[in-house]
Parts: sequence; C-alpha cells; structure tokens
Amino acid sequence: MLRVIAGLLTPREGRVALGDRTWLDTVAGVDLPPERRRVGYLFQEYALFPHLDVLANVRFGARNGGTVEQLLERFRIAHLARARIGELSGGERQRVALARALATDPGVLLLDEPLSALDAHTKAAVRLELHELLRDLALPTVLVTHDFEDAAALADRVGVVVDGRILQQGTAADLVAMPADPFVASFTGATILEGVARPGPSGLTEVVLDRGGTVWSTDPGAGRVVLAVYPWEVSLSRDLSGDSAVNHVRAPIVTLVPVGNRVRARVGPLVAEVTTASAERLGLAVGEVVVASFKATATRVLPL
Amino acid sequence: MAIFLQIPPGDLVSALGSDAATDALRVTAETTAIAMAAILLVGTPAAYWLATRRSRLRDVLVTLVELPLVLPPAVAGIGLLAAFARLGLLGGTFDALGLEIAFTKIAVVFAVVFVASPFYVRTAIAAFEGLDPALPGAARTLGAGPAKVFLRVALPLAAGGLGAGSALAFARAVGEFGATIMFAGSLQGVTQTLSTAIYEQFDADLDVALAIGALLVASSAVTLVSFKLLVRWRSDSRSPTLFAPSPPPSSSR
Repeated sequence: MLRVIAGLLTPREGRVALGDRTWLDTVAGVDLPPERRRVGYLFQEYALFPHLDVLANVRFGARNGGTVEQLLERFRIAHLARARIGELSGGERQRVALARALATDPGVLLLDEPLSALDAHTKAAVRLELHELLRDLALPTVLVTHDFEDAAALADRVGVVVDGRILQQGTAADLVAMPADPFVASFTGATILEGVARPGPSGLTEVVLDRGGTVWSTDPGAGRVVLAVYPWEVSLSRDLSGDSAVNHVRAPIVTLVPVGNRVRARVGPLVAEVTTASAERLGLAVGEVVVASFKATATRVLPL
Repeated sequence: MAIFLQIPPGDLVSALGSDAATDALRVTAETTAIAMAAILLVGTPAAYWLATRRSRLRDVLVTLVELPLVLPPAVAGIGLLAAFARLGLLGGTFDALGLEIAFTKIAVVFAVVFVASPFYVRTAIAAFEGLDPALPGAARTLGAGPAKVFLRVALPLAAGGLGAGSALAFARAVGEFGATIMFAGSLQGVTQTLSTAIYEQFDADLDVALAIGALLVASSAVTLVSFKLLVRWRSDSRSPTLFAPSPPPSSSR
C-alpha cells in the first residue's frame, strides 16, 4: 500500500491523491513518478545510502541546506554528520532516515514498520519519540505495523488490513470496544474462544465452549460463534468470589509473564492481566489453581 | 617462470626495445584503450538496464551478450569477417561511407570489444543486481529521477563490481588472439598486437617473443591482483544496513 502511494508500484486500478493533487488515477491515465510525488518514505530497514555519510544522506533530497542543518539538530544527529551509515546504531539510523525523509518537505509521511527493526529495549523510547514527532509535524501519515500496540499508540485511526482489504477501521478504542470479526478481536489483544451460542434466560446469551465450560454474554448470538475476552477484563482470585461476574473458570495457571507493571497469566483457555501488586498479594505461581472471573458485559460474541 | 629463466634480464629489456615489440605495445595500448572505453561507456548503462528488467526480452539479450564467452575465437573472427569485410553483410554499407574495417586498427578494436565485453557486462549485471533493491526506490522518493538514481546511487555502490569486471575484460582484451588474427591480421605497426606479435616473432626472433611474453605475464599479474583487491573492497562496502551487526541495546537510544 505504501509503495502504491509512493509510486514505486502501480496497481491495476486505483486512485491516489493528496489534497487536490492527483498522483495516480488509472481511469484518467494519471501516474506521477515517485520523484514528482511529495512523499517522505521511511523504509522498513531504513534504506540509507551506505556509500554516503549521514550529512550526504539527509541532503540527498533536500530542498535547501538550512533545513538540513535544522533536521540534524532536531534529530540529535548533528554530531554524526560525517559518520558512515555502518557505524550507526539502530535508533540513530532511524533518526537519520526520518531526517532524510523530512528534508524533502513532503506532503505525506509513509512509515513502513518504523519500530520493527529495533530491539525491544529501544522500541518503547522510540515509540514515544515518534508519537511526539508526529504530533508536532501535523503531516498526514500512513503507518504500517503488525503490532496493535504501536498502532494504538501512534495512530488517530486504525485500519485492519487482511489480504489487501480493510476489515475494519476506526479509532483504536473503537476496535477494542467493537471488534467486527474474530481476526480484529485477536489482533487487538483479545483471547478467542470458539463455541456454540444460543439465547439463554434473562436476555443473556449462553455460549457452550468447544473446550468445555459455559460462558454468559450480554451480546446477542446464535450458532457457531467466537467469544472474545480482553485480558484486562479478567480478574483472578483464590476462591469463587461473591462479585457480580457471572463467568468463572477454575483452572491451574499455565504461564506467568511480567509485562511492565502487570503480570499476564494464562489460566486454562483464558489470559488474565493483573497488576504486579495483586499478583503478589494472591501469591500467584505456575501450577496453582485459581478462579478467573469476568463479567457477561465484558465479552463480545462474534459470528464465525 | 620458464619465460623469465630462458633469457637474461638484460636481453629481455633490449628485446623489448625492438621495433616489433614497441610497435605491438603501441597498437595494443591504442586498441585496448579505445575498446575498453567503448565497453565501459556502452556496457555500463546496458548492464544497468538489463539488471533492472524482468522480462523474456531481457533473458534473450543476456544470452546474446554471453554468446561470445562460449564462441571459439576463430568463429568470432570469421563471423566478424562475414559481417564487416568488403563483401560481407555490412561491409558494403561501411564501404559506401569510405570506411574499410577488415584488416585495419578498427578491426582490432571490433574483435577485442566482441570477445572482451561479455566479461565486463556479465560482472556489471551481477553487481547492479546485488544492490539492495530498496535503495533505488528510496532515492526516487527523495526526488531523484532515473538518471540521478543511476549516477548517484547505483554507479557508486556497484563501483567495486564494475572495477572487477573491467579487470577481467582488460585481461581478455590484452590476450585476444584468434578473432584478431583472422579479422584484422597481424601487420606490424598497424594491427599487430602484443599477443599476435608473440606468434609472429616466434619464427623471427625468439627473444622478442619471450620478452613480450614476460611483459604480458607481469601485466596479467597486476590485473589479477587488482581484480582480487576490487572484489574484496566490494564485499567490504556492501550495504551495511543489511549486513552490519546490530550494536548492543545500551548504545542505542
């Protein structure tokens, strides 16, 4: 998709326009070459020119020299101006690539997996920086990622693309609240359980899971369905609690993984996310039997 | 070694001073320079064009370019004669223009280009194909038209491979014998190159033949060493974005 916008790939049919400037219109026979479109393209592996130093890379497509100086300062790479690309760290390379892309004064920014080439350690910091940068630039930006967290952190609108088609688009919060299909639910982080649904008493839907057990949902549904539950909707306790949750699963803890200030526990078919403090208070450990509870309102029933 | 042991070094140098040797050296220098210039000027863009296409036509053209590699030199010579001799396929056209090709210096250049160019073009295609395909695309989005991409990205990055290809072609050009002697003859001072001179002098003055042989051994050695250095330099300067190891996390920000 980014290559089509940039003009590096010509689709059989389609239209690409920025504002009132048409870049591609297969019906009207318009197809501007990449160098006449105004795109700032951040390639996945950055595609920096290895035979040029940092300064020459940034200057390659620059409109004027003053911008180059400012960009080097802004991306904190001025001290690396004479460095070869091979001498740079992953984070530095990305900053050089961004500076190079912005030096052309683009009308749109295309980011191809901007965080995937970085190690986990660098990633969180770069994500924050990138977020601030995108906010300051106020440029239309298309970002491609396989990581919903990246999309949620960086994008105003998220479109889930499968096999070249947009399955669903909306804000990250929309996608989580109302996943349109099992893939979107799983992509946004939900645990997916398959089962058969039928209307139950008091307006609830009863879903008999393939792997055993029954779950109640406030979503309507009938026949074969997928039930989506987000890990942060699942609470853990030692005993069957007297809370308002109607869904309980009693099972041993399979895995226990710390994620930042939370702990992600796999309990039977479910994944629960609880704070580190709660995990310590409950004395969670792999193999211990706990009760995972979640409310009927916290489940989404999606047709399969 | 045998060549160097056959005659004393002093005789070797004086044999190189003979008219036959100096004439051959001059003819070889002139024809090789012109042939190499033609091969580089035409071969480089042609190789780039072939390296950046994916089509049936491209495959056919590459095969045609490679044909002289497997063609016996005598066949190349007779083929060139059939094409360019006065009564040949194209000879009439050149004749009308007042140009005679067969058995002139132009014929030597033609023969050398014919047999040596595939060595350069093949290596150059491989060098261009070995470039990180994202780089030309990146250059295009940075406002570079196809010509600028070629001159500022493809050419400098492929330089090592192009140099190695030129070294191979140069070695083949200097050693060219079969096609030259058939198509251009071996007329001293006109079409007699170092390689054909060895053959001619073999009967006339063995010392001269041996001296020229020694010269060519030295030139070949220099060519081979520069080829090896160029290949090594090329592998050092390969796109570090893909091959350089990532630095430890602590050094990145």
